Amino acid sequence: MKDFAYTRDFKSRALIFAILLAVSFIVVIPYIWMLSNSFKTTIETLTDPMHIIPQEFTLDGYIKVLTKSPFFHWLGNSVFITCTNTLVILFTSTLVGYLFARFRFRGKDFLFAMLMFTMMVPAQVTMITTFIIIDDIGLYDSVWALIIPSFVNVFGIYLCKQYCEEIPRELIESARIDGAGDFAIYWRIVIPQIRPAIGALAIFTFMEYWNDYLNPLIYLSSTEKMTLPLALSYFSTQHTTDLSATMAASALIMIPAAVVFIIFQKQFIKGLSMTGMK
Amino acid sequence: MAEVVLKNVKKIYPIDDSEKKKKDDQGEQKKTNLQITDKGVVAVQDFNLEIADKEFIVLVGPSGCGKSTTLRMVAGLEQISEGELYIDGEYMNNVAPKSRDIAMVFQNYALYPHMTVYENMAFSLKMQKYSKAEIDAHVREAAEILDITPLLDRKPKALSGGQRQRVAMGRAFVRNPKVFLMDEPLSNLDAKLRNQMRAEIIKLRKKINTTFIYVTHDQVEAMTLGDRIVIMKDGFIQQIGTPQEVFTHPKNLFVAGFIGVPQMNFFPASRLQQEEGGYVAEILGERFRLADETAGALASAGVSGEREVVVGVRPVNVIISEDGTGIDAVIEVAEMMGSEMHLHLKVAGTDVSGEQETEIIAIVPTLGLDVEAMSAGKHLRLNLQTEAMHFFDPETEESLL
Repeated sequence: MKDFAYTRDFKSRALIFAILLAVSFIVVIPYIWMLSNSFKTTIETLTDPMHIIPQEFTLDGYIKVLTKSPFFHWLGNSVFITCTNTLVILFTSTLVGYLFARFRFRGKDFLFAMLMFTMMVPAQVTMITTFIIIDDIGLYDSVWALIIPSFVNVFGIYLCKQYCEEIPRELIESARIDGAGDFAIYWRIVIPQIRPAIGALAIFTFMEYWNDYLNPLIYLSSTEKMTLPLALSYFSTQHTTDLSATMAASALIMIPAAVVFIIFQKQFIKGLSMTGMK
Repeated sequence: MAEVVLKNVKKIYPIDDSEKKKKDDQGEQKKTNLQITDKGVVAVQDFNLEIADKEFIVLVGPSGCGKSTTLRMVAGLEQISEGELYIDGEYMNNVAPKSRDIAMVFQNYALYPHMTVYENMAFSLKMQKYSKAEIDAHVREAAEILDITPLLDRKPKALSGGQRQRVAMGRAFVRNPKVFLMDEPLSNLDAKLRNQMRAEIIKLRKKINTTFIYVTHDQVEAMTLGDRIVIMKDGFIQQIGTPQEVFTHPKNLFVAGFIGVPQMNFFPASRLQQEEGGYVAEILGERFRLADETAGALASAGVSGEREVVVGVRPVNVIISEDGTGIDAVIEVAEMMGSEMHLHLKVAGTDVSGEQETEIIAIVPTLGLDVEAMSAGKHLRLNLQTEAMHFFDPETEESLL
């Protein structure tokens, strides 16, 4: 009986692993291809782009990106925009989410419904009007055009509200009796309790703004104000693309995103295992 | 260190329109006995109580009686709908909880899960801008008193139920509040630990000597801890008194049935008759001549003539008759408790409303008792100790004494 259970277990495990392996192969192959081409010479990328192992290993692509373009300038722009947006969104989402979850005020349900409603409107619908407003207030070709409209994130508010509703009422009441004001309760009690939500939201927003291509394309025009995703097109002309440099730049862009993901994922899992009530 | 005064305090929960509609759909189904007025559901009715400095007051009653709501109004977690609250002579209705100088222990402890025990205890002091050294001194002193010094670096999730309970109490009294509020603090503990913590609370009280308001549904806790007990039901105060008072002189049927385990036995539709030289109670057809003491109390309460009453007799005052007189009874279940036996008996007889059969409980000491013979099916004759009888009006349910 035991042997039977074991073989069945082994078979199903083998099957699961086979499927997972196949899927991860499909997912990983573009990245491997990217890395491989980033180490090829420009000539080789043109003649033989599908080859995984470079025939002639070179760092020319990286050198070109780092020396022949304002890469660090773009990096600075991207870091500034992404970090500002992530921090501001984390702050507004947790604060507003807590407000909607734990406070009673007139028109609360209506306001929340309106917020939810904006989530149903695709960004493309409001793109032109937003552009006109941004242009009117003189923010065209400024990094602030990518920051100010992102201060409030409805999805973040929704996520934080759901988590805040899970916080036991007594915890907040206890803090209130202990002498904490509304902001102290938010900062010292609510924030630590919704760390899983904050971790998830941090990953989402960071990725969203780090990888954003469309909005920078609309609002930024001068080369020195570009963000990294936009800069990828810097190595392309109308007829040719310097694949080696483009792939090297892509690989470099990925690094911060991967680091952020790893940091917050840990936080995310740690947060999930935290409960302190009876 | 303060007296607490509640004057005509009332709590009304407004009913939302949506809830009203739901109620209409359900028709006349009534879920609670709470009074519903135009303004909403009245959870606490005209609560009047003066709590002396350093007194230990216990609010007790079945769930939904308004005891927790009352406590939360004192804490400032619930708005007071009507009436006035004074702590230490100051009008407190609109004062924020943090400015009332109170501390509260919650049923589920409500320890901050992301903080260590030390940080939990230090939180309120930190909020009040105490210096680091002061905080440290206070926390360590409190931890010493509660015997939780070795736990100071742990997080709440690494503590047992009893330890969490201690930390919760420590967190509450670390800043010497004027009033100490406790909302069913022991109800999450197992029976043994509960007894232990009850003793701890009594000890703790001697050490910190402040005003306590304690909410529980457990009448044993109420009796053992309280200087005075407030018994509540459906938002109304039923009786306020010392444990001894509410036990020996329950004001009405509810209090009589609520205080004391096992419950007091009731004989409805009994007859109380004034005869020359005293009173006679006729219970299930048997006549009991009342003791002089009880008769005197009835006479001074102005009870005269003949009337229908509900007679209440505590299980310890039901005794097995030796001489063959008394109420006929059959043992249904006999529970051996060691030094005493709890007998669940079926008694029968004729009273005001005709043939009657009812169940009562008797507690009899095992000393000198033929324990083996006390088994289901055995017939007994029972006498009732008339000096410990209680008489209630069947209509108003108020005590006649």
